[in-house]
Amino acid sequence: MTLQVEDLSIGFGDRTVVDGVSFEVADGQRVGIIGESGSGKSLTALAVLGLLPEDARLSGSIRFNDRELIGLADWRMANVRGRQIGIVFQEPRTALNPIRTIGRQLVEPLLIHRLIERRQAKATAIELAAAVRLPDPERIVRLYPHQVSGGQRQRVGIAIALACGPGLLIADEPTTALDVTIQAEIIALFDRLIRERGSSLVFITHDLAVLSQVSSDVIVMASGRIVERGTVRGLLDAPQHPVTAGLVQASVATSWEGRP
Amino acid sequence: MTVLMRATGLSRDYRLPRERLFAPRPLRRALRSVDLEVVENETLAIIGESGSGKSTLARLLLALDRPTAGTVEFRGRPVVAGSSRSLHWLRRETGIVFQDPYASLDPRMSVGRIVAEPLQALRIDGDHRARVAEVLGQVGLDAAAGDRYPHEFSGGQRQRIALARAIVHRPALLIGDEPLSALDVTVRAQILELLRTLRAELELTIVLVSHDIGLVHHAADRIVVMKDGEIVEHGPGDAVLDSPQHPYTKALLASVPTLGRKRL
Repeated sequence: MTLQVEDLSIGFGDRTVVDGVSFEVADGQRVGIIGESGSGKSLTALAVLGLLPEDARLSGSIRFNDRELIGLADWRMANVRGRQIGIVFQEPRTALNPIRTIGRQLVEPLLIHRLIERRQAKATAIELAAAVRLPDPERIVRLYPHQVSGGQRQRVGIAIALACGPGLLIADEPTTALDVTIQAEIIALFDRLIRERGSSLVFITHDLAVLSQVSSDVIVMASGRIVERGTVRGLLDAPQHPVTAGLVQASVATSWEGRP
Repeated sequence: MTVLMRATGLSRDYRLPRERLFAPRPLRRALRSVDLEVVENETLAIIGESGSGKSTLARLLLALDRPTAGTVEFRGRPVVAGSSRSLHWLRRETGIVFQDPYASLDPRMSVGRIVAEPLQALRIDGDHRARVAEVLGQVGLDAAAGDRYPHEFSGGQRQRIALARAIVHRPALLIGDEPLSALDVTVRAQILELLRTLRAELELTIVLVSHDIGLVHHAADRIVVMKDGEIVEHGPGDAVLDSPQHPYTKALLASVPTLGRKRL
């Protein structure tokens, strides 16, 4: 079992924003977390990465490869984050450092975790860029984030997240900021890389149609709780909880069913 | 079939920032000789991806920007970017809703003042308070909302406020630039429904600028597909979505994630 979250609660001041959340992600499994803004889905992900703000109250248990992450010393957590658990954020423009070249950012996790020597950095960066199918890898590693397109920036984000070969990848709305043709390319890239590396995936989104391309297992969150779990197919055909039914109904009302 | 708005040979070039010190500033051709007709009481969708020129086109239709070449007419009268006085007549006939309701509402103005602003700016006679209360009702907010401030409302409610402001002066044409893109899925469904209701009740002509095929499919009578500043395909909504002709439209539609349900 890769990830076991048990009775996780997160609070700020006297407000509880995530309330008694439990779920598991097995080796190689893909799980989607779906919910609206404020449902607690992103905070749950940040908790797993140990990235919650200092003033957050945290209780429950997060076990990763049978090791408890809650209460882990910062320097130990830093060893897990990036190396064993990777993350891809929504907005690659703000997730990347504007004053460092793409090549340098690609190898940064490998250098921090001392998985490569500095003299290997350039060659490794070019390899990573090629692995996520960035065009002209030798040139692109010398560019800065603003010099490439949004889709290419997200490819850089994915390459960084997967650089150390993490056992678990968390993606928080990774395609929301992208055009639909680019979104389709990025989802295909995710699919291929995760299959090749056998990583587990937690995919956070508010879009059922996007989720159905990535994963079949899904958890529905609302107001900080898990209200339903099942498969995308099952939710679409027979949602149990009113929140899920509302999500499904709204998705159907605003999506396109494809060409006949 | 009356043509409400007609664009002929519309082009817009932008000078980009210099890339090297002594190099000339590169030219970006955002719009290349576009012809477009908007028919009264239709909902026309302009679809395309980032950089296709769709927002530039919408800006030129409303004279928010000056074309490099070409003309725009509204009910046969030329639309020329210029002083607010010379565009007064056009502003009375048109309203616009932007993508982000967090950015488009002044946080220091009460909702009542925000919605009444077009009435004052366009010097429209009548009881502004009563009109604001009426239009807030039309977008599904209660009249008491007028005394509150934008931060007290959710994203979906703010988009309702933006809609109220866009229609308060009873325009003939409503332009929406990605009006649902910043909203959660259940809120999107509500605002989409509201748009359809308003269109029927107020006999609005609507131009929707969007990359969201789902929205376009549920709202548009006619679709214009743009790529690299040109219209590559146009036609009735169902025809374009069901049997696209241009390779770009086909590729665009093939990328849209669907729920995988069978069509009824």
